[in-house]
Amino acid sequence: MMSFWQQMIGLLPFEWAKFAFMQNALLAALLASLLLGVLGTMVISRQMAFFSDAIGHAALTGVAIGALLGLGDPLWAMLVFSALLALSFSFLRQRTKASSDTVIGLIMSFAVALGIVILSRRGGFNRYSQYLIGDILSVGPADIVKLLVLLLAVAGFWFFYFNQIMLLSLSPSLAKSRRVNTGLAEAAFSVMTALVVTVAIQWVGLLVINALLILPAASARNLAGNMRQYLWLSAGFGLAAALTGLIASYYWATASGATMVLTAMGFYLLTLVLRKK
Amino acid sequence: MNDTGQTATPSCGSCCTKLVRVGVKLGNNPVLEDINLHLHCGQLTAIVGPNGAGKSTLLRTILGEVPHSGHVHFLDSGKKRPDKPFIGYVPQRLEFDPSAPLTVADLFGASLQKRPAWMGLAKDQRKIVGEALNAAGAGHLLDSKLGQLSGGELQRVMLALALTPLPDLLLLDEPVSGVDMAGVDAFYEMVSQLRKRYHLSIILVTHDLAAVAGFADRMIFLNKKIIAQGSPAQVLGHPLVQQIFGRLKPELKQGVPEAAESVPHHCIACELEAKP
Repeated sequence: MMSFWQQMIGLLPFEWAKFAFMQNALLAALLASLLLGVLGTMVISRQMAFFSDAIGHAALTGVAIGALLGLGDPLWAMLVFSALLALSFSFLRQRTKASSDTVIGLIMSFAVALGIVILSRRGGFNRYSQYLIGDILSVGPADIVKLLVLLLAVAGFWFFYFNQIMLLSLSPSLAKSRRVNTGLAEAAFSVMTALVVTVAIQWVGLLVINALLILPAASARNLAGNMRQYLWLSAGFGLAAALTGLIASYYWATASGATMVLTAMGFYLLTLVLRKK
Repeated sequence: MNDTGQTATPSCGSCCTKLVRVGVKLGNNPVLEDINLHLHCGQLTAIVGPNGAGKSTLLRTILGEVPHSGHVHFLDSGKKRPDKPFIGYVPQRLEFDPSAPLTVADLFGASLQKRPAWMGLAKDQRKIVGEALNAAGAGHLLDSKLGQLSGGELQRVMLALALTPLPDLLLLDEPVSGVDMAGVDAFYEMVSQLRKRYHLSIILVTHDLAAVAGFADRMIFLNKKIIAQGSPAQVLGHPLVQQIFGRLKPELKQGVPEAAESVPHHCIACELEAKP
């Protein structure tokens, strides 16, 4: 399947399309942006933008834990740490309504600081700076398989849990009256978001990952008239931002993740102009 | 089809809802204490009280959302105890911003269908939803965004949603906040009709005693504990209620049915329950 994709892209009459690393990066960027764009719709509806930002930043502690454990690839440590953090945040959100922003902010600061302290021992932080800005050009076939697995998981989740999460976002009591297991739905959505953000971080970079989660959905909100349009437009804006951003970063020789965020921002501004008054 | 007993028991679902010594604490602060209630089908019970009296918490306790002490029982007319009756609930407000791409059809889709709301309403569901909205005078709103509805329109939509499918118990939490005066009376009139048509058990929470007094069969004045209960006239005349809310103007009291308590009531489930 990978070779088919590479042949397809290789046929394009562009310089960048001839390189295997760009072919892989493009596929990864499209898959990751699709995942982020889809989940972003409910992250905004649930008013969880700060939550997802915190999860992204706190992934640094996951990297540090992986390094302490001597793991070559800290991804598993990051995933476990993010999932646990997401569960504790969702517990906090349900228990303490008003002050959860403060608590999330505190935990995020702590996690980032702890990560930096551990990773910077003996001046070794530079090795980990790829997590800050991401490196999508290093994506290999194994990474793409991971993304495909996540895409399947999110698609299934979005099919069976979307209604519950939507009701939950409107009113937990209304969701309860509709027999939604509110605690489970909330926790499952938090963990799902945390996993996607964490996997995408190594390619997009934890400094800007949240933008790719929020911007496509925010753009879609400006134009969509119902849930169906909201979801498809958000996915579409995510894909478009990833495609244009990655290609632009090739010609400008800039960091891909951040460039994708700039193009996503461009799309957002465009939708602001197009928005019906 | 098993039709036996259908004539004796009209279309009432949860014939009684019983709360026995229910208490709720938030940390160390009691929010509700020693609540004993017995609600019957075909009755509109208004729960009134000042802000922070625990009215919404009481509804959320009945919904099973809040950890509590004591017991909440639901009994249907066959003396069975359905653990989870179907509860229609109209929330005080919804959390969405006015630009949210969320239509009335999306809301019904998410509530009624297995398939996700982003796939839209199925054709047969669209018909059911259309009828439900029509009954609440909101048939034209099916494809409107929630953010574009007026307060009154949104409440009619939420009422239609709470009644689809027909619940065993209907809970309304401050259903008329953000609705103008004329809308309030129209809304209460509609709720009042429902009780008769479907023999529903309805609990309505409000801090506006006067507006609801003419429509309720029973009134419960709540301020962490049950301060007074009985007919609206009895509750409005209670000295502690008058102390908190001030004496209601005489013209408001004119609409209050004095004899509400004497409405003949026949609850099979309770009678069966009473026998050992």
